Amino acid sequence: MPAPKRPKLAVWKFASCDGCQLSVLSLEDQLLALAGRVEIAYFLEASRGTVAGPYDVSLVEGSITTAHDAERIRRVRRASRFLVTIGACATAGGIQALRNFQNVKEFLAAVYAKPEYIQTLETSTPISAHVKVDFELQGCPINKAQLLEVLSAYLRGRAPGIRSHSVCVECKRRGTVCVMVAHGTPCLGPVTHAGCGAICPAYDRGCYGCYGPMESPNTASMSGWWRHLGVPDPAIVRAYRTENTNAEAFRKAAEALERKSDPHAG
Amino acid sequence: MPVERRTIKVDALARVEGEGALYVRTSRGRVTEVRLQIYEPPRFFEAFLRGRAFTETPDITARICGICPVAYQMSACRAMEDACGVAVGGQLRALRRLLYCGEWIQSHALHVYMLHAPDFLGYGSIVEMARDHPEAVQRGLGLKQAGNELMRLLGGREVHPINVRVGGFYRVPSRRELDGFVERLRRARDAAVETVRWVAGFDMPAFEQPYEFVALRRPDEYPIDDGRIASSGGLDIAAGEYGDHFVEEQVPHSHALHSRLRAGGAYLVGPLARYNLNFEALSPLAKEAARGAGLGPVCRNPFQSIVVRGVELVYACDEALRLIGQYDAPERPYVDVPPRAATGHGCTEAPRGILYHRYTIDAAGTIVEARIVPPTSQNQAQIEADLRDVVQQSLALPDDRLTLRCEQAVRNYDPCISCATHFLRLHIDRT
Repeated sequence: MPAPKRPKLAVWKFASCDGCQLSVLSLEDQLLALAGRVEIAYFLEASRGTVAGPYDVSLVEGSITTAHDAERIRRVRRASRFLVTIGACATAGGIQALRNFQNVKEFLAAVYAKPEYIQTLETSTPISAHVKVDFELQGCPINKAQLLEVLSAYLRGRAPGIRSHSVCVECKRRGTVCVMVAHGTPCLGPVTHAGCGAICPAYDRGCYGCYGPMESPNTASMSGWWRHLGVPDPAIVRAYRTENTNAEAFRKAAEALERKSDPHAG
Repeated sequence: MPVERRTIKVDALARVEGEGALYVRTSRGRVTEVRLQIYEPPRFFEAFLRGRAFTETPDITARICGICPVAYQMSACRAMEDACGVAVGGQLRALRRLLYCGEWIQSHALHVYMLHAPDFLGYGSIVEMARDHPEAVQRGLGLKQAGNELMRLLGGREVHPINVRVGGFYRVPSRRELDGFVERLRRARDAAVETVRWVAGFDMPAFEQPYEFVALRRPDEYPIDDGRIASSGGLDIAAGEYGDHFVEEQVPHSHALHSRLRAGGAYLVGPLARYNLNFEALSPLAKEAARGAGLGPVCRNPFQSIVVRGVELVYACDEALRLIGQYDAPERPYVDVPPRAATGHGCTEAPRGILYHRYTIDAAGTIVEARIVPPTSQNQAQIEADLRDVVQQSLALPDDRLTLRCEQAVRNYDPCISCATHFLRLHIDRT
């Protein structure tokens, strides 16, 4: 009897740091078992051999920053049954979306002597701005246990059990004393998506929002609390504008603060 | 009969971090052009760092690279502390070095076992290699995991650690927490010694180059987080003098700037350079492992870099054990770093070689200017020079084997194209 056909897994990279796809290789205890359950058909960082599509699951890392990549993601989508974005770059545009708020020509000139050699778009955008995405896994970087959960869910044909509540819930579960209440440390935990395991407060620092917005973030209240703790508005704006600067809730929260601070605003 | 015109094309060079392409042209049996093309889309870190607070650099620059985030955090902190006239010493420095050891172990184990060894043994990936070499693969995965665990203990997580700040850490571990890791590290050190034995048995192409090696150097310790910038050509400068001796040039075929020595040209950074300039500073066990592998204090064969990485794995485990042995938890997790208007420089040894940061900040600590020179952009010119000679020496090989040899020569450098800006596509034109 022939062995059942294994689902084909592909891993794609766009503008990113490689950290999220590295999470696949960092599944040291499960990597070989995973390779037994799925056929790793396209994963350039790990393998020279590639198998042609279509692919059952595509993991996509990185954001879209060039016209070439905007075209490439459409080809990836066409070749994929189930497309999962992994990380803040693919899900929200990443830290490189900081360009969206500034002049890219000026950016080019700051880094490159001959900007005319460089081809780039004005913006860094998430995968969902270009093609249909079946599941978005947030985090900068993603949590590898959550990645394993998403893959297992797919293999078993069920929905991934990824909670969209805030980091606060993880702090409570971990038994970490609230750094904001107890120490007056500004923390983005109340508006930030869970998944990291609430690491920062356990290390005596406030959450800096690298998992992006939770499902229903009350950013207006959050900004008010930060002000109450004495954080100046430009610093609050910067806190929203890091890895998930282009995620809608964080983008709007920063813009709201800028409008309030701008004396010329209507 | 020798073929006069041949074209070899590989759509993507695999097992490197990032995206690039390779173009080689030969004419009548001579290599006429070699281009390492890097078209990883640029992400403009140096531009958007302007206007950010100096304290934000460890978190922001970590995002340049998921494989060596600690290197970015360390060079950034060093540069900011230099600008502000603060030195971080004692146990805080020891902890930084310990965290850095974790990154070296994780990154070197990844490269030796997952990215480079398959070249020597003729496999496409570690998964294929695992079928015939299960014991070696398990050892490699275990080593990598030990590095990750050390990073997690000190940094909170292995990719983009959260515990690093300008001036030190947010929280420092207790003596007990570190003691609990000793047994794990001893096992990792045994695995590292075994790694050197394993890779020393690989078939190495005979190939030597008259490299100019550039690495940090300190008389008393193998360079990781500190040292003067030295070269095999006699250079010996402080990090602050980097700009006087090195230039970055933009070339049309790469999104990563090429670095050159003003007084020379191409140079090599990374394990091979560190080893050649600092052999005496290795721990006795690391030296013994090197000798056992047949390496002397000088090694000019880039294919043997896999052995040198193994030796550095032994050193990193050994050094981590030494640092834990002498650890005494500091009273405060960080020293205060009040900002002042100044320019600061920081240079540390990323797993792939020296990583230089320079920042100018104003009196409030806002970044006015940022410059970051990653190891892979420094190695680009040398990679091209190696490829030229590798192809020249190996023209008799059939296309598929020549292509593989070229890829292997690139992977000698463990290039991190995400850092340098990313996709390696090989194209050889023979006319």
